[in-house]
Amino acid sequence: MVWKNFPPDFYVRVDKELCINCMRCIKECSFGVHEYDRKKELWKRHHEKCVGCLRCAAMCPAKAINIEKSRMEYSPHPVWTNKVRKDIKMQAETGGVILTAMGNEVPYLSYFDHLVLDACQVTNPSIDPLREPMELRTFIGRKSERFDLEEDSGASLKTEIAPNLKLETPIMFAHMSYGSISIEAQLSMARAASKIGTFMGTGEGGMHKDLYQYADHIITQVASGRFAVHEEYLKRGAAIEIKIGQGAKPGIGGHLPGKKVTKEISETRMIPEGSDAISPAPHHDIYSIEDLSRLIYALKEATRYKKPVFVKIAAVHNVAPIAVGVIRAGADAVVLDGFRGGTGAAPQVHRDHHGIPLEVAIATVDRRLREEGIRHWGSIIASGGIRCSADVAKAIALGADAIYIGTGALVAMGCTVCKKCYTGKCPWGIATQIPELRKRLNPDEGAKRAANLLEAWSHELKEILGALGLNSIESLRGNRDRLRGVGLNEIDLEILGVKPAGW
Amino acid sequence: MLQEFKKIIREEEDFVIIDAKGIYYRELNELINELILNGSKKFRILNVNGQRFIADGLRGGYYIEIYGTAGDDLGGFANGPTIVIHGDIQDGAGNTMNEGKIIVHGSGTDIIGHSMRGGKIFVKGEVGYRVGIHMKEYKEQIPVIVVGATAGDFLGEYMAGGRIIILGLEKRPEVEDIVGDWIGTGIHGGAIYIRGVITKDKLGYSANIKEIDENDRKIIEKNVREFCSYFGLDADEILKSKFTKIAPISRNPFAAMYSDSRENK
Repeated sequence: MVWKNFPPDFYVRVDKELCINCMRCIKECSFGVHEYDRKKELWKRHHEKCVGCLRCAAMCPAKAINIEKSRMEYSPHPVWTNKVRKDIKMQAETGGVILTAMGNEVPYLSYFDHLVLDACQVTNPSIDPLREPMELRTFIGRKSERFDLEEDSGASLKTEIAPNLKLETPIMFAHMSYGSISIEAQLSMARAASKIGTFMGTGEGGMHKDLYQYADHIITQVASGRFAVHEEYLKRGAAIEIKIGQGAKPGIGGHLPGKKVTKEISETRMIPEGSDAISPAPHHDIYSIEDLSRLIYALKEATRYKKPVFVKIAAVHNVAPIAVGVIRAGADAVVLDGFRGGTGAAPQVHRDHHGIPLEVAIATVDRRLREEGIRHWGSIIASGGIRCSADVAKAIALGADAIYIGTGALVAMGCTVCKKCYTGKCPWGIATQIPELRKRLNPDEGAKRAANLLEAWSHELKEILGALGLNSIESLRGNRDRLRGVGLNEIDLEILGVKPAGW
Repeated sequence: MLQEFKKIIREEEDFVIIDAKGIYYRELNELINELILNGSKKFRILNVNGQRFIADGLRGGYYIEIYGTAGDDLGGFANGPTIVIHGDIQDGAGNTMNEGKIIVHGSGTDIIGHSMRGGKIFVKGEVGYRVGIHMKEYKEQIPVIVVGATAGDFLGEYMAGGRIIILGLEKRPEVEDIVGDWIGTGIHGGAIYIRGVITKDKLGYSANIKEIDENDRKIIEKNVREFCSYFGLDADEILKSKFTKIAPISRNPFAAMYSDSRENK
């Protein structure tokens, strides 16, 4: 009884009249869909292996390939969907946990899609960003309550100013490790971040030596596996992020299988080749806010208080008190990773069923920090499922200081979200370590496209601010009065701190 | 800063002596940092009473003697210093250490040597829970922890490399437990050597008892001799004992968990 991938998700239709038998599709497909029998002069298409990445169709010189969603399905049932039935059959066959990648696939309500932005009309003039300066510059880190001057010294500052990151636009590239993605993909983002004046995260895979020259624009990560964590690594980056949780898999750790720990990855992570890289669910030394504080200050001591230290948590039920604890523990910023956040590999059950929406997390954390009078102690960085400049603006209006994009950046570099990152066979050369596949992403091209995306979104942000009659992104931060809810219930609106449209 | 703390610093031969009584940890560590920038290489810190993060992230072959009880994360992220403690150490000493030595004349608490990648820790007395957790190794860097007395539960949990040696001195390992339960839970690299006989029921998931070979004996002897040299103990006497070796069942103990890897079987 063979049920694996049956019925197939996709059907590969090739127009025989157009096909020139160039065999390019065989070379392009990293999943082995296309096969040609030279003896019999016959093509075979393994539909069940197709992941719908569209690489072959995009590269076919004759434009002969069309990838269609397979029309063959089990007898329709609204509850026992095809996906449910196929998952059960796969688990019945293998007895294993279902792995997947990218973000949550369950169509939960999107708050972003139920929030609209205000605009100026007649009584409050809008601003034209082409004619007037528009400020997107954002500082991430602890802000001083007040400034004291040295006595009798004119204007020299007595107050110690905490280190901050200076962002020319409130958009950064999220932490995606070397190992989960290729060095070409990391290089693309590092170059784009340097060019635009923003930052990228290393993830927990360490910093490859090719990235050293961009270290001023790189945030290093300390995760529970402590891979690559070394005093030089900590001192090299612009800031340090402690990863407690991830939106795509809240509450669980990570696991890079030994077969993916190649020579270069082993060198960057500083572990033996072929050895499993296990990041346990909790940090071994963190069981409380006090313990978290100890790690924050251990990192600050190791870098002589020159680097801001961020703490990334997954957005979960009690996110507000947790985030307050994080800030009180000494973090210079809390990163909130919503349940739509992406991943290179996660068990499907965690990706789809744990955590809460980012929008709600930003609103409750921002409100709670304000209520406790400590909003200025740390910044809020929002991450997980941000798709466009409107999402950025809405996240900032709900209370975020800056945002991270992961999936969006990968899509800019060629990713088509086929959700097979965990196989290491990314046909676009992004989530792979296979040399022939990695060649498909040229870092110059990748950097240009990633930078273009940031430029485009930044430009749109300026236009949005102009339409709102604001001239700085700071005036939008936490400015929920410029948002209205459409089709949300009373409790949702109360939690978001937003009025319904019409009020 | 040096001016400000002039009163508590004095020099003796090539040592800088600091009286840490009542000094906040941040000031103490900043002071050490300033002295290093000023060219000092050897330190003797007196009256240490729980100050955290001493020698944290310190790079280079500095020598630090501590009198008293060092606080959490002593030598965290350290890369080269030698630290001698005439007293006890607390949680997380040697946390993610890359290189260096921590020699403790007293005892230690939990998660000593957490994630350390290189260097050595010698504790004359006993240690707490989860010691050597997630220790690693990389190329020629193989971290070592030697404990003179006993260790608590979850010794070498998630261990990915390195060597842990537990001696249980002043105990009779043939009848008394010198290590707690769940030894090497999730271990996937490295080895633990325990004086005496350990039965399988003491081991955690993915740990196994292995035969001691010639190479293991060399490792034990080298490190026990070094341990004894610091504390004036008789190495030959200790080396007469039988040791049990605990090592992972596999380098990839969790590989079969996922449906895709099971397909490949």
